[in-house]
Amino acid sequence: MKVAVVKYNAGNVQSVIYALQRLGVNPLHTEDQQEIRTADKVIFPGQGEASSAMDYLRSKGLDQVLTSLTQPFLGICIGLQLMCRHSEEGDTDCLGIFDLEVKRFKVHQHGFKVPHMGWNRLETDNSQLFQAVENPFMYYVHSYYAEVGIETTGITDYILPFSGALQKDNYYAVQAHPEKSSDAGQTILTNFLNI
Amino acid sequence: MLTKRIIPCLDIKNGRTVKGINFVSLVDAGDPVEQAAIYSDAGADELVFLDITATLENRKTLVELVRKVASKINIPFTVGGGISQKEHVSELLNAGADKVSVNSAAVRDPQLIDRLAASFGSQCIVVAIDSRYIEGHDIVHTHGGSRPTELETMAWAQEVERRGAGEILLTSMDHDGTKKGFACDLTRKMSTTLTIPVIASGGGGSAAHFEEVFNGGKADAALAASIFHFHEVDIMDLKKELQAANIPMRI
Repeated sequence: MKVAVVKYNAGNVQSVIYALQRLGVNPLHTEDQQEIRTADKVIFPGQGEASSAMDYLRSKGLDQVLTSLTQPFLGICIGLQLMCRHSEEGDTDCLGIFDLEVKRFKVHQHGFKVPHMGWNRLETDNSQLFQAVENPFMYYVHSYYAEVGIETTGITDYILPFSGALQKDNYYAVQAHPEKSSDAGQTILTNFLNI
Repeated sequence: MLTKRIIPCLDIKNGRTVKGINFVSLVDAGDPVEQAAIYSDAGADELVFLDITATLENRKTLVELVRKVASKINIPFTVGGGISQKEHVSELLNAGADKVSVNSAAVRDPQLIDRLAASFGSQCIVVAIDSRYIEGHDIVHTHGGSRPTELETMAWAQEVERRGAGEILLTSMDHDGTKKGFACDLTRKMSTTLTIPVIASGGGGSAAHFEEVFNGGKADAALAASIFHFHEVDIMDLKKELQAANIPMRI
């Protein structure tokens, strides 16, 4: 199976590559349009800042490529956010796969910290991506979140309920880091590779 | 609900763990990767690796260690010890570390925090603060706690938050090694004043101490070393006890 991990300037993706290797897959870390188009699965990971990430994707023509794929596609963390319509971070127009706004957590109540950092529950619709996830705690590190919408397939609650997971057709996304989320994360990655 | 984190800390010297770790199942007592795997399986929420030698030649060994840990372990981990340059951070993050922790170098050059946060994002920059109570004041210490500074702990914590730190690892030197409980007052003051997470360290000896530092001390996470290494406290038992006391845990 050919798995492409999209290369763009969005932080360290080594952990995602290691996680795939643990599952017996040697992914291609690439920004090459043709390699991405012809992959069986595409993973869009990353940490980083939305506007510089989008600028980079546009400069490589990857915004067009990523939105016109038909194979299973998985966005992780900022990957999920960039798949939405718009992000408050840097007032950025994103890829628009999900018709949702990405907002910054506001600390309304004493006791909530930003970033949302640590393990939290992902309550899902038990669809294919989440099958056999026994203990739905996932590891989160983020200051921005996607609202809940019709494409939401999993909800996480921190300050307010937000989209912990999204799906539209072949496009899947999770806000948490499955590559760092112990057995639950590994199951999700395995499920994705089996779609 | 976001859970409170339990974090074992491993001291590293020349790529090996320093203090013996008392697990029957261990094949090689000095292998940090094997120990990391045991803690991960036991329910640790995160790991911290502290390089206590941190010389130039050890840097390569540390990067290699990070690579090995990241390829085997699927929970987040932080690496610290002697980090003073952007290049160090870049190497460690590229090797697969999730966060790095800076201590003495940040005190010497506070703008280091701004530079690291701007380059890599606040979420991966932990500032470690070693604090000792001296004549009515909490004072920041550097160089493994051996050198007092002019800085008051709370003022320094607020400054590092302002400069872009994503998390603080607060070690009370007065409590460290005592197993008589964490510095709950100082932890509470810091955690309720700041808007970034605070990891409490130093003094944890029993489940009651962890309960105290989460409930009273408002810590977001608690770190300990020897009580886990010598199996005086089992991580999963600890987490179950804390959950029974209504502290949110990943179990």
